[in-house]
Amino acid sequence: MSNYEPVIGLETHVQLGTSSKMFCGCATDFAAAPNSQVCPVCLGYPGSLPVPNEVAVEYTVRAGLMLGCDINLYSKFDRKSYFYPDMPKNYQITQYDMPLCLAGAVEIDLNGDSRVVRLRRIHLEEDTGKNVHFARTSGVDFNRAGTPLMEIVTEPDIYSADEAMAYLQALKQLMLYAGVSECNLEEGNFRCDVNCSVRPVGSDALGVKTELKNLNTFKGIHAALSFEIDRQLNLAASGAEIHQETRRWDVDAGITATMRTKEDAHDYRYFPDPDLAPIVLAREQVDRWRDELPEAPRARRVRMIEQYGIPAYDAGVLVAEKAIADFYEEAAQSSPNPKAVSNWVMTEMLRLLSERDMQIAEAHITPAALAELVGLVDDKTLNSNSAREVFGILFQDGGRAADIVEARGLTQVSDEGLLDQFVDQAIADNPDSAGDYRDGKTKALQFLMGQVMRLSKGKANPQSVQELLRSKLGG
Amino acid sequence: MSPEPSQPGGAEIDVAYVAHLARMHLSDEEIARFQPQLGQIVDYVRQIQALDTSDVEPTAHAIEIRNVARADTRREGLSADVAMRNAPQSKDDFFVVPKIVE
Repeated sequence: MSNYEPVIGLETHVQLGTSSKMFCGCATDFAAAPNSQVCPVCLGYPGSLPVPNEVAVEYTVRAGLMLGCDINLYSKFDRKSYFYPDMPKNYQITQYDMPLCLAGAVEIDLNGDSRVVRLRRIHLEEDTGKNVHFARTSGVDFNRAGTPLMEIVTEPDIYSADEAMAYLQALKQLMLYAGVSECNLEEGNFRCDVNCSVRPVGSDALGVKTELKNLNTFKGIHAALSFEIDRQLNLAASGAEIHQETRRWDVDAGITATMRTKEDAHDYRYFPDPDLAPIVLAREQVDRWRDELPEAPRARRVRMIEQYGIPAYDAGVLVAEKAIADFYEEAAQSSPNPKAVSNWVMTEMLRLLSERDMQIAEAHITPAALAELVGLVDDKTLNSNSAREVFGILFQDGGRAADIVEARGLTQVSDEGLLDQFVDQAIADNPDSAGDYRDGKTKALQFLMGQVMRLSKGKANPQSVQELLRSKLGG
Repeated sequence: MSPEPSQPGGAEIDVAYVAHLARMHLSDEEIARFQPQLGQIVDYVRQIQALDTSDVEPTAHAIEIRNVARADTRREGLSADVAMRNAPQSKDDFFVVPKIVE
Protein backbone atom coordinates (compact mmCIF):
# COMPACT_ATOMS: atom_id res chain seq x y z
CA MET A 1 0.00 0.00 0.00
CA SER A 2 1.41 3.38 -0.95
CA ASN A 3 1.50 6.37 1.38
CA TYR A 4 -0.64 9.37 0.58
CA GLU A 5 -0.02 13.05 1.19
CA PRO A 6 -2.49 15.96 1.25
CA VAL A 7 -2.25 18.82 -1.23
CA ILE A 8 -4.04 22.04 -0.36
CA GLY A 9 -4.84 25.29 -2.14
CA LEU A 10 -6.52 28.26 -0.49
CA GLU A 11 -8.76 31.00 -1.84
CA THR A 12 -8.86 33.80 0.69
CA HIS A 13 -11.37 36.63 0.52
CA VAL A 14 -9.92 39.73 2.11
CA GLN A 15 -12.26 42.65 2.63
CA LEU A 16 -10.66 45.91 1.53
CA GLY A 17 -10.66 48.74 4.06
CA THR A 18 -12.53 51.24 1.94
CA SER A 19 -15.05 53.67 3.33
CA SER A 20 -17.66 52.97 0.65
CA LYS A 21 -18.69 49.91 -1.36
CA MET A 22 -17.09 48.60 -4.56
CA PHE A 23 -19.55 49.99 -7.09
CA CYS A 24 -21.67 52.50 -5.16
CA GLY A 25 -21.34 55.05 -2.36
CA CYS A 26 -23.03 52.96 0.35
CA ALA A 27 -21.24 52.61 3.68
CA THR A 28 -19.39 49.41 4.61
CA ASP A 29 -19.84 49.59 8.39
CA PHE A 30 -20.06 46.29 10.24
CA ALA A 31 -23.18 45.37 12.19
CA ALA A 32 -25.34 48.24 10.93
CA ALA A 33 -29.13 47.76 11.10
CA PRO A 34 -30.38 45.40 8.35
CA ASN A 35 -30.65 46.96 4.88
CA SER A 36 -29.60 50.40 6.14
CA GLN A 37 -26.56 50.57 3.81
CA VAL A 38 -28.20 49.87 0.47
CA CYS A 39 -29.04 51.71 -2.75
CA PRO A 40 -30.35 50.89 -6.22
CA VAL A 41 -26.88 49.73 -7.36
CA CYS A 42 -26.14 47.20 -4.62
CA LEU A 43 -29.78 46.08 -4.59
CA GLY A 44 -29.44 45.36 -8.30
CA TYR A 45 -32.29 47.55 -9.48
CA PRO A 46 -32.78 47.55 -13.25
CA GLY A 47 -31.20 50.58 -14.88
CA SER A 48 -28.71 51.28 -12.10
CA LEU A 49 -25.07 51.45 -13.10
CA PRO A 50 -22.02 50.37 -11.11
CA VAL A 51 -18.98 52.69 -10.92
CA PRO A 52 -15.77 51.18 -9.50
CA ASN A 53 -14.23 52.58 -6.32
CA GLU A 54 -10.74 53.75 -7.32
CA VAL A 55 -9.35 53.10 -3.84
CA ALA A 56 -10.42 49.45 -4.04
CA VAL A 57 -8.42 49.13 -7.26
CA GLU A 58 -5.45 50.88 -5.66
CA TYR A 59 -5.57 48.66 -2.55
CA THR A 60 -5.70 45.49 -4.63
CA VAL A 61 -2.64 46.61 -6.58
CA ARG A 62 -0.82 47.60 -3.37
CA ALA A 63 -1.65 44.19 -1.89
CA GLY A 64 -0.36 42.52 -5.06
CA LEU A 65 2.86 44.50 -4.91
CA MET A 66 3.30 43.56 -1.25
CA LEU A 67 2.99 39.89 -2.28
CA GLY A 68 5.37 40.22 -5.22
CA CYS A 69 2.68 39.78 -7.89
CA ASP A 70 2.88 40.85 -11.51
CA ILE A 71 0.43 43.70 -11.98
CA ASN A 72 -1.74 43.58 -15.07
CA LEU A 73 -1.77 47.10 -16.45
CA TYR A 74 -4.92 46.15 -18.39
CA SER A 75 -7.67 44.37 -16.49
CA LYS A 76 -11.43 44.15 -16.63
CA PHE A 77 -14.56 43.11 -14.78
CA ASP A 78 -16.73 40.12 -15.65
CA ARG A 79 -20.08 38.77 -14.63
CA LYS A 80 -20.30 35.42 -12.86
CA SER A 81 -23.87 34.23 -13.24
CA TYR A 82 -25.72 32.16 -10.69
CA PHE A 83 -28.92 32.37 -8.71
CA TYR A 84 -28.87 32.78 -4.99
CA PRO A 85 -31.10 34.93 -2.80
CA ASP A 86 -28.17 36.88 -1.34
CA MET A 87 -27.18 38.08 -4.82
CA PRO A 88 -29.71 40.55 -6.13
CA LYS A 89 -28.48 40.88 -9.72
CA ASN A 90 -28.20 37.11 -10.23
CA TYR A 91 -24.59 37.71 -11.13
CA GLN A 92 -21.55 38.71 -9.15
CA ILE A 93 -19.17 41.28 -10.58
CA THR A 94 -15.70 39.77 -10.44
CA GLN A 95 -12.58 39.46 -12.61
CA TYR A 96 -12.23 36.34 -14.71
CA ASP A 97 -9.44 36.11 -17.26
CA MET A 98 -7.79 39.49 -16.65
CA PRO A 99 -7.41 39.97 -12.90
CA LEU A 100 -5.39 42.86 -11.47
CA CYS A 101 -2.59 40.65 -10.11
CA LEU A 102 -0.93 37.41 -11.20
CA ALA A 103 1.62 35.12 -9.53
CA GLY A 104 3.38 36.35 -6.36
CA ALA A 105 4.26 34.42 -3.22
CA VAL A 106 3.96 34.31 0.56
CA GLU A 107 6.90 33.12 2.65
CA ILE A 108 5.84 31.04 5.62
CA ASP A 109 7.69 29.93 8.74
CA LEU A 110 6.92 26.62 10.35
CA ASN A 111 8.91 24.78 13.02
CA GLY A 112 11.99 26.83 12.29
CA ASP A 113 11.90 26.20 8.54
CA SER A 114 10.74 28.66 5.97
CA ARG A 115 9.32 28.03 2.53
CA VAL A 116 7.36 29.73 -0.18
CA VAL A 117 3.67 29.32 -1.03
CA ARG A 118 3.19 30.49 -4.61
CA LEU A 119 0.16 32.57 -5.52
CA ARG A 120 -1.80 32.16 -8.71
CA ARG A 121 -3.74 35.42 -8.84
CA ILE A 122 -5.56 38.16 -6.99
CA HIS A 123 -8.79 39.52 -8.36
CA LEU A 124 -11.19 42.15 -7.19
CA GLU A 125 -14.88 41.38 -6.72
CA GLU A 126 -17.99 42.33 -4.80
CA ASP A 127 -19.34 40.54 -1.73
CA THR A 128 -22.86 39.12 -1.52
CA GLY A 129 -25.55 39.83 1.07
CA LYS A 130 -26.09 37.91 4.27
CA ASN A 131 -28.86 35.44 5.08
CA VAL A 132 -30.67 34.95 8.33
CA HIS A 133 -33.09 32.13 8.93
CA PHE A 134 -36.61 32.43 10.25
CA ALA A 135 -38.91 29.54 11.11
CA ARG A 136 -40.38 28.94 7.67
CA THR A 137 -38.57 31.55 5.55
CA SER A 138 -35.18 33.18 5.24
CA GLY A 139 -34.31 36.88 5.38
CA VAL A 140 -31.68 38.74 3.36
CA ASP A 141 -29.68 41.75 4.49
CA PHE A 142 -27.89 43.47 1.59
CA ASN A 143 -25.63 45.73 3.70
CA ARG A 144 -22.66 43.55 2.82
CA ALA A 145 -23.62 43.18 -0.85
CA GLY A 146 -21.18 45.12 -2.98
CA THR A 147 -18.44 45.35 -0.34
CA PRO A 148 -15.05 45.14 -2.09
CA LEU A 149 -13.17 41.87 -1.68
CA MET A 150 -9.86 40.65 -2.96
CA GLU A 151 -9.76 36.96 -3.70
CA ILE A 152 -6.19 35.74 -3.19
CA VAL A 153 -5.68 32.32 -4.78
CA THR A 154 -2.68 30.08 -4.02
CA GLU A 155 -1.19 27.34 -6.14
CA PRO A 156 -1.71 23.86 -4.60
CA ASP A 157 1.43 24.45 -2.57
CA ILE A 158 0.32 23.70 0.97
CA TYR A 159 0.78 20.26 2.52
CA SER A 160 -0.74 20.32 6.01
CA ALA A 161 -3.28 22.12 8.18
CA ASP A 162 -0.39 23.72 10.09
CA GLU A 163 1.07 25.07 6.86
CA ALA A 164 -2.31 26.46 5.88
CA MET A 165 -2.39 28.23 9.23
CA ALA A 166 1.14 29.60 8.81
CA TYR A 167 0.17 30.86 5.35
CA LEU A 168 -2.94 32.62 6.61
CA GLN A 169 -1.09 34.23 9.48
CA ALA A 170 1.67 35.46 7.17
CA LEU A 171 -0.91 36.71 4.66
CA LYS A 172 -2.86 38.55 7.33
CA GLN A 173 0.29 40.21 8.61
CA LEU A 174 1.28 41.29 5.09
CA MET A 175 -2.17 42.75 4.41
CA LEU A 176 -2.04 44.68 7.68
CA TYR A 177 1.42 45.97 6.77
CA ALA A 178 0.17 47.00 3.32
CA GLY A 179 -2.67 48.85 5.06
CA VAL A 180 -5.34 47.55 2.69
CA SER A 181 -7.60 45.68 5.13
CA GLU A 182 -8.51 45.69 8.79
CA CYS A 183 -8.21 41.88 8.61
CA ASN A 184 -10.79 41.62 11.37
CA LEU A 185 -11.80 37.96 11.41
CA GLU A 186 -14.73 38.49 13.78
CA GLU A 187 -16.20 40.90 11.26
CA GLY A 188 -15.69 38.50 8.36
CA ASN A 189 -12.86 40.48 6.76
CA PHE A 190 -10.89 37.33 6.10
CA ARG A 191 -12.73 34.26 4.77
CA CYS A 192 -11.39 31.12 3.21
CA ASP A 193 -12.36 28.47 0.70
CA VAL A 194 -10.12 25.44 0.99
CA ASN A 195 -9.35 22.99 -1.82
CA CYS A 196 -8.01 19.69 -0.57
CA SER A 197 -6.96 16.45 -2.24
CA VAL A 198 -4.58 13.58 -1.53
CA ARG A 199 -2.11 11.79 -3.81
CA PRO A 200 0.48 9.04 -3.50
CA VAL A 201 3.73 10.41 -2.03
CA GLY A 202 6.11 11.14 -4.87
CA SER A 203 3.37 11.71 -7.43
CA ASP A 204 3.15 15.04 -9.27
CA ALA A 205 -0.46 14.64 -10.33
CA LEU A 206 -3.28 16.09 -8.22
CA GLY A 207 -6.01 13.84 -6.85
CA VAL A 208 -9.74 14.50 -6.93
CA LYS A 209 -10.38 17.54 -4.74
CA THR A 210 -13.09 18.64 -2.39
CA GLU A 211 -13.84 22.24 -1.59
CA LEU A 212 -14.63 23.55 1.89
CA LYS A 213 -16.58 26.78 1.69
CA ASN A 214 -16.61 29.98 3.64
CA LEU A 215 -14.52 29.24 6.71
CA ASN A 216 -14.11 32.39 8.75
CA THR A 217 -11.94 31.63 11.76
CA PHE A 218 -8.35 30.39 11.74
CA LYS A 219 -9.30 27.77 14.32
CA GLY A 220 -12.20 26.61 12.15
CA ILE A 221 -10.00 26.39 9.07
CA HIS A 222 -7.43 24.32 10.94
CA ALA A 223 -10.04 21.99 12.42
CA ALA A 224 -11.97 21.57 9.17
CA LEU A 225 -8.83 20.93 7.17
CA SER A 226 -7.42 18.47 9.72
CA PHE A 227 -10.69 16.53 9.59
CA GLU A 228 -10.87 16.61 5.79
CA ILE A 229 -7.24 15.50 5.34
CA ASP A 230 -7.81 12.54 7.69
CA ARG A 231 -11.05 11.66 5.94
CA GLN A 232 -9.41 11.61 2.54
CA LEU A 233 -6.29 9.76 3.75
CA ASN A 234 -8.52 7.08 5.26
CA LEU A 235 -10.56 6.75 2.06
CA ALA A 236 -7.39 6.57 -0.02
CA ALA A 237 -5.82 3.99 2.31
CA SER A 238 -8.89 1.77 2.08
CA GLY A 239 -8.93 2.11 -1.68
CA ALA A 240 -12.26 3.94 -1.69
CA GLU A 241 -13.06 6.65 -4.21
CA ILE A 242 -12.99 10.35 -3.28
CA HIS A 243 -15.74 12.34 -4.96
CA GLN A 244 -15.39 15.83 -6.29
CA GLU A 245 -17.76 17.89 -4.19
CA THR A 246 -18.27 20.94 -2.06
CA ARG A 247 -18.34 20.16 1.64
CA ARG A 248 -19.53 22.13 4.60
CA TRP A 249 -17.73 22.36 7.95
CA ASP A 250 -20.15 21.55 10.77
CA VAL A 251 -18.64 23.32 13.77
CA ASP A 252 -20.80 21.59 16.35
CA ALA A 253 -20.31 18.07 15.06
CA GLY A 254 -16.66 18.72 14.17
CA ILE A 255 -17.02 17.08 10.76
CA THR A 256 -17.23 18.05 7.10
CA ALA A 257 -20.33 16.93 5.19
CA THR A 258 -21.41 16.92 1.56
CA MET A 259 -23.06 20.15 0.45
CA ARG A 260 -22.99 19.93 -3.36
CA THR A 261 -21.73 17.21 -5.64
CA LYS A 262 -20.11 17.66 -9.03
CA GLU A 263 -23.39 16.83 -10.78
CA ASP A 264 -24.97 20.06 -9.60
CA ALA A 265 -21.83 22.11 -10.04
CA HIS A 266 -22.47 25.60 -11.33
CA ASP A 267 -22.03 26.79 -14.86
CA TYR A 268 -21.12 30.40 -14.22
CA ARG A 269 -21.16 31.61 -17.85
CA TYR A 270 -18.57 34.34 -17.26
CA PHE A 271 -18.61 37.21 -19.68
CA PRO A 272 -17.25 40.78 -19.67
CA ASP A 273 -19.51 43.20 -17.82
CA PRO A 274 -20.71 45.69 -20.41
CA ASP A 275 -21.51 48.21 -17.65
CA LEU A 276 -17.88 48.53 -16.61
CA ALA A 277 -14.97 49.99 -18.54
CA PRO A 278 -11.59 48.23 -18.45
CA ILE A 279 -9.03 49.42 -15.90
CA VAL A 280 -5.83 50.66 -17.47
CA LEU A 281 -3.09 51.45 -15.00
CA ALA A 282 -0.16 53.72 -15.75
CA ARG A 283 3.18 52.05 -15.17
CA GLU A 284 4.45 55.16 -13.34
CA GLN A 285 1.51 54.95 -10.94
CA VAL A 286 2.21 51.30 -10.15
CA ASP A 287 5.90 52.12 -9.67
CA ARG A 288 4.97 54.89 -7.25
CA TRP A 289 2.84 52.50 -5.22
CA ARG A 290 5.70 50.00 -5.24
CA ASP A 291 8.07 52.66 -3.91
CA GLU A 292 5.64 53.42 -1.11
CA LEU A 293 5.47 49.81 0.13
CA PRO A 294 6.35 49.37 3.78
CA GLU A 295 9.26 47.15 4.68
CA ALA A 296 8.00 43.55 4.79
CA PRO A 297 7.77 42.04 8.27
CA ARG A 298 10.33 39.30 7.60
CA ALA A 299 12.94 41.75 6.35
CA ARG A 300 12.12 44.09 9.19
CA ARG A 301 12.71 41.39 11.77
CA VAL A 302 16.16 40.63 10.39
CA ARG A 303 17.07 44.32 10.30
CA MET A 304 15.81 44.96 13.82
CA ILE A 305 17.90 42.11 15.26
CA GLU A 306 20.96 43.66 13.68
CA GLN A 307 20.19 47.33 14.25
CA TYR A 308 19.11 47.14 17.90
CA GLY A 309 20.98 44.06 19.03
CA ILE A 310 17.77 42.44 20.30
CA PRO A 311 17.14 38.67 20.33
CA ALA A 312 15.33 37.07 17.36
CA TYR A 313 12.46 36.22 19.68
CA ASP A 314 11.96 39.87 20.64
CA ALA A 315 12.11 40.98 17.03
CA GLY A 316 9.50 38.38 16.07
CA VAL A 317 7.09 39.55 18.77
CA LEU A 318 7.62 43.22 17.93
CA VAL A 319 7.09 42.95 14.14
CA ALA A 320 3.96 40.82 14.51
CA GLU A 321 1.95 44.01 14.43
CA LYS A 322 3.17 46.96 12.36
CA ALA A 323 1.97 49.62 14.80
CA ILE A 324 3.83 47.91 17.68
CA ALA A 325 7.03 47.65 15.63
CA ASP A 326 6.70 51.32 14.60
CA PHE A 327 6.31 52.37 18.23
CA TYR A 328 9.24 50.22 19.31
CA GLU A 329 11.57 51.55 16.64
CA GLU A 330 10.76 55.16 17.43
CA ALA A 331 11.48 54.59 21.13
CA ALA A 332 14.56 52.43 20.51
CA GLN A 333 16.10 55.04 18.23
CA SER A 334 16.10 57.61 21.01
CA SER A 335 17.36 55.26 23.71
CA PRO A 336 20.87 53.94 24.36
CA ASN A 337 19.27 50.72 25.66
CA PRO A 338 17.08 49.20 22.90
CA LYS A 339 16.88 45.85 24.69
CA ALA A 340 15.30 47.49 27.75
CA VAL A 341 12.83 49.26 25.45
CA SER A 342 11.96 45.90 23.91
CA ASN A 343 11.37 44.41 27.37
CA TRP A 344 8.93 47.18 28.22
CA VAL A 345 7.01 46.85 24.97
CA MET A 346 6.87 43.04 25.09
CA THR A 347 5.82 42.79 28.73
CA GLU A 348 4.04 45.83 30.21
CA MET A 349 2.78 47.32 26.94
CA LEU A 350 1.41 44.10 25.44
CA ARG A 351 -0.02 43.06 28.81
CA LEU A 352 -1.91 46.32 29.32
CA LEU A 353 -3.11 46.37 25.70
CA SER A 354 -4.47 42.85 25.93
CA GLU A 355 -5.97 43.34 29.40
CA ARG A 356 -7.84 46.40 28.20
CA ASP A 357 -8.46 45.09 24.70
CA MET A 358 -6.88 48.19 23.18
CA GLN A 359 -4.81 49.06 20.12
CA ILE A 360 -1.42 50.69 20.67
CA ALA A 361 -2.70 53.86 18.98
CA GLU A 362 -5.22 54.22 21.82
CA ALA A 363 -2.54 54.16 24.56
CA HIS A 364 -1.33 57.60 25.65
CA ILE A 365 2.30 56.71 26.20
CA THR A 366 4.60 58.14 23.51
CA PRO A 367 7.77 56.44 22.23
CA ALA A 368 9.77 59.40 23.59
CA ALA A 369 8.27 58.94 27.08
CA LEU A 370 9.19 55.25 27.09
CA ALA A 371 12.77 56.03 26.03
CA GLU A 372 12.93 58.59 28.85
CA LEU A 373 11.59 56.06 31.35
CA VAL A 374 14.25 53.53 30.33
CA GLY A 375 16.87 56.26 30.90
CA LEU A 376 15.53 56.96 34.41
CA VAL A 377 15.87 53.29 35.32
CA ASP A 378 19.33 53.04 33.78
CA ASP A 379 20.67 56.05 35.71
CA LYS A 380 19.12 54.61 38.88
CA THR A 381 16.68 57.47 39.39
CA LEU A 382 13.88 54.87 39.47
CA ASN A 383 13.79 51.35 40.80
CA SER A 384 11.89 48.78 38.78
CA ASN A 385 8.73 48.86 40.93
CA SER A 386 8.38 52.61 40.63
CA ALA A 387 9.19 52.40 36.92
CA ARG A 388 6.26 50.03 36.39
CA GLU A 389 4.03 52.48 38.25
CA VAL A 390 5.23 55.32 36.03
CA PHE A 391 4.68 53.20 32.91
CA GLY A 392 1.10 52.56 33.99
CA ILE A 393 0.48 56.29 34.40
CA LEU A 394 2.09 57.12 31.06
CA PHE A 395 -0.01 54.42 29.39
CA GLN A 396 -3.18 55.79 30.92
CA ASP A 397 -2.64 59.54 30.87
CA GLY A 398 0.45 60.28 28.77
CA GLY A 399 2.92 62.99 29.76
CA ARG A 400 6.64 62.94 30.51
CA ALA A 401 8.20 60.30 32.74
CA ALA A 402 10.35 62.80 34.69
CA ASP A 403 7.29 64.92 35.53
CA ILE A 404 5.46 61.93 36.94
CA VAL A 405 8.49 60.86 38.97
CA GLU A 406 8.72 64.33 40.45
CA ALA A 407 5.00 64.80 41.06
CA ARG A 408 4.76 61.46 42.83
CA GLY A 409 8.11 61.70 44.64
CA LEU A 410 9.24 58.39 43.21
CA THR A 411 12.92 59.18 42.94
CA GLN A 412 14.83 56.19 44.15
CA VAL A 413 16.51 56.58 47.57
CA SER A 414 20.18 55.75 47.21
CA ASP A 415 21.29 58.13 49.99
CA GLU A 416 23.46 55.96 52.23
CA GLY A 417 22.52 57.76 55.43
CA LEU A 418 18.80 57.36 54.88
CA LEU A 419 19.10 53.75 53.75
CA ASP A 420 21.27 53.05 56.82
CA GLN A 421 18.44 54.22 59.05
CA PHE A 422 15.85 52.07 57.24
CA VAL A 423 18.07 48.99 57.39
CA ASP A 424 18.85 49.44 61.08
CA GLN A 425 15.18 49.87 61.84
CA ALA A 426 14.17 46.78 59.85
CA ILE A 427 16.74 44.69 61.68
CA ALA A 428 15.69 46.10 65.06
CA ASP A 429 11.99 45.50 64.34
CA ASN A 430 12.54 41.94 63.17
CA PRO A 431 15.14 40.32 65.39
CA ASP A 432 13.86 36.82 64.58
CA SER A 433 14.41 37.22 60.85
CA ALA A 434 17.81 38.76 61.47
CA GLY A 435 18.65 35.74 63.61
CA ASP A 436 17.37 33.34 60.96
CA TYR A 437 19.60 34.95 58.39
CA ARG A 438 22.61 34.72 60.66
CA ASP A 439 21.77 31.02 61.14
CA GLY A 440 22.09 30.54 57.39
CA LYS A 441 18.44 30.84 56.34
CA THR A 442 19.10 33.08 53.35
CA LYS A 443 15.40 33.39 52.61
CA ALA A 444 15.09 35.72 55.62
CA LEU A 445 17.03 38.33 53.64
CA GLN A 446 14.14 38.67 51.19
CA PHE A 447 11.76 39.38 54.06
CA LEU A 448 14.04 42.03 55.55
CA MET A 449 14.45 43.63 52.13
CA GLY A 450 10.70 43.84 51.87
CA GLN A 451 10.58 45.62 55.22
CA VAL A 452 13.17 48.16 54.09
CA MET A 453 11.30 48.77 50.83
CA ARG A 454 8.16 49.37 52.88
CA LEU A 455 9.89 51.85 55.17
CA SER A 456 11.21 53.69 52.08
CA LYS A 457 7.73 53.65 50.52
CA GLY A 458 9.07 51.51 47.70
CA LYS A 459 11.71 54.00 46.72
CA ALA A 460 14.88 52.37 48.07
CA ASN A 461 17.50 51.19 45.64
CA PRO A 462 17.12 47.41 46.07
CA GLN A 463 20.75 46.69 45.24
CA SER A 464 22.06 49.08 47.87
CA VAL A 465 19.62 47.70 50.43
CA GLN A 466 20.77 44.17 49.81
CA GLU A 467 24.42 45.13 50.18
CA LEU A 468 23.75 47.07 53.38
CA LEU A 469 21.72 44.24 54.94
CA ARG A 470 24.40 41.70 54.11
CA SER A 471 27.17 43.78 55.59
CA LYS A 472 25.22 44.63 58.74
CA LEU A 473 24.16 41.01 59.29
CA GLY A 474 27.65 39.80 58.56
CA GLY A 475 26.51 37.84 55.49
CA MET B 1 -9.86 28.89 -12.69
CA SER B 2 -8.48 29.52 -16.15
CA PRO B 3 -10.80 30.59 -18.93
CA GLU B 4 -11.88 27.91 -21.34
CA PRO B 5 -11.36 28.75 -24.99
CA SER B 6 -14.57 29.85 -26.68
CA GLN B 7 -16.25 27.16 -28.69
CA PRO B 8 -15.21 27.28 -32.32
CA GLY B 9 -18.38 27.81 -34.40
CA GLY B 10 -20.99 25.17 -34.92
CA ALA B 11 -21.80 24.02 -31.38
CA GLU B 12 -25.58 23.94 -30.86
CA ILE B 13 -27.03 25.78 -27.90
CA ASP B 14 -28.88 23.39 -25.64
CA VAL B 15 -32.10 25.29 -24.97
CA ALA B 16 -33.24 23.03 -22.16
CA TYR B 17 -29.91 23.47 -20.38
CA VAL B 18 -29.80 27.24 -20.87
CA ALA B 19 -33.38 27.51 -19.65
CA HIS B 20 -32.48 25.53 -16.57
CA LEU B 21 -29.54 27.85 -15.87
CA ALA B 22 -31.85 30.86 -16.22
CA ARG B 23 -34.45 29.22 -13.97
CA MET B 24 -36.99 29.29 -16.80
CA HIS B 25 -39.53 26.53 -16.92
CA LEU B 26 -40.12 25.63 -20.56
CA SER B 27 -42.46 22.97 -21.86
CA ASP B 28 -41.15 20.36 -24.32
CA GLU B 29 -43.15 22.09 -27.00
CA GLU B 30 -41.47 25.44 -26.21
CA ILE B 31 -38.02 23.86 -26.17
CA ALA B 32 -38.68 22.37 -29.60
CA ARG B 33 -39.88 25.75 -30.91
CA PHE B 34 -37.05 27.85 -29.41
CA GLN B 35 -34.24 25.52 -30.44
CA PRO B 36 -34.27 26.47 -34.16
CA GLN B 37 -35.06 30.12 -33.35
CA LEU B 38 -32.02 30.38 -31.14
CA GLY B 39 -30.02 28.60 -33.82
CA GLN B 40 -31.03 31.29 -36.31
CA ILE B 41 -29.87 34.03 -33.99
CA VAL B 42 -26.54 32.34 -33.44
CA ASP B 43 -26.14 31.82 -37.18
CA TYR B 44 -26.79 35.51 -37.74
CA VAL B 45 -24.05 36.50 -35.30
CA ARG B 46 -21.80 33.84 -36.74
CA GLN B 47 -21.52 35.82 -39.97
CA ILE B 48 -18.77 37.77 -38.24
CA GLN B 49 -16.57 34.73 -38.49
CA ALA B 50 -16.33 35.29 -42.22
CA LEU B 51 -14.32 38.46 -41.53
CA ASP B 52 -10.58 38.45 -41.16
CA THR B 53 -10.01 39.81 -37.63
CA SER B 54 -6.40 38.71 -37.27
CA ASP B 55 -5.27 42.36 -37.04
CA VAL B 56 -8.00 43.42 -34.64
CA GLU B 57 -7.26 43.62 -30.93
CA PRO B 58 -9.88 41.63 -28.99
CA THR B 59 -12.09 43.87 -26.90
CA ALA B 60 -14.95 43.44 -24.49
CA HIS B 61 -16.45 46.80 -25.36
CA ALA B 62 -17.73 48.39 -28.51
CA ILE B 63 -16.58 51.86 -27.52
CA GLU B 64 -13.11 53.01 -26.59
CA ILE B 65 -13.58 53.93 -22.96
CA ARG B 66 -11.50 53.13 -19.92
CA ASN B 67 -10.95 53.96 -16.25
CA VAL B 68 -14.41 55.17 -15.33
CA ALA B 69 -14.11 55.26 -11.56
CA ARG B 70 -15.21 57.19 -8.53
CA ALA B 71 -13.55 58.48 -5.36
CA ASP B 72 -14.02 56.43 -2.19
CA THR B 73 -16.69 58.68 -0.73
CA ARG B 74 -19.99 57.76 0.83
CA ARG B 75 -23.32 58.70 -0.60
CA GLU B 76 -26.66 58.51 1.08
CA GLY B 77 -28.52 55.38 -0.04
CA LEU B 78 -32.07 54.24 0.61
CA SER B 79 -33.48 53.90 4.08
CA ALA B 80 -34.44 50.35 5.02
CA ASP B 81 -38.01 51.43 5.04
CA VAL B 82 -37.88 52.72 1.45
CA ALA B 83 -35.91 49.65 0.36
CA MET B 84 -38.63 47.41 1.79
CA ARG B 85 -41.26 49.03 -0.41
CA ASN B 86 -39.99 46.94 -3.32
CA ALA B 87 -39.97 43.74 -1.31
CA PRO B 88 -42.88 41.36 -1.98
CA GLN B 89 -42.46 40.32 1.64
CA SER B 90 -40.35 41.68 4.47
CA LYS B 91 -39.77 41.11 8.15
CA ASP B 92 -37.76 43.24 10.60
CA ASP B 93 -36.23 45.10 7.63
CA PHE B 94 -35.03 41.87 6.01
CA PHE B 95 -36.14 40.87 2.51
CA VAL B 96 -38.04 37.64 3.03
CA VAL B 97 -37.29 34.80 0.62
CA PRO B 98 -38.28 31.13 0.58
CA LYS B 99 -36.34 29.13 3.15
CA ILE B 100 -32.73 28.74 2.03
CA VAL B 101 -31.50 25.19 2.44
CA GLU B 102 -27.87 24.55 1.63
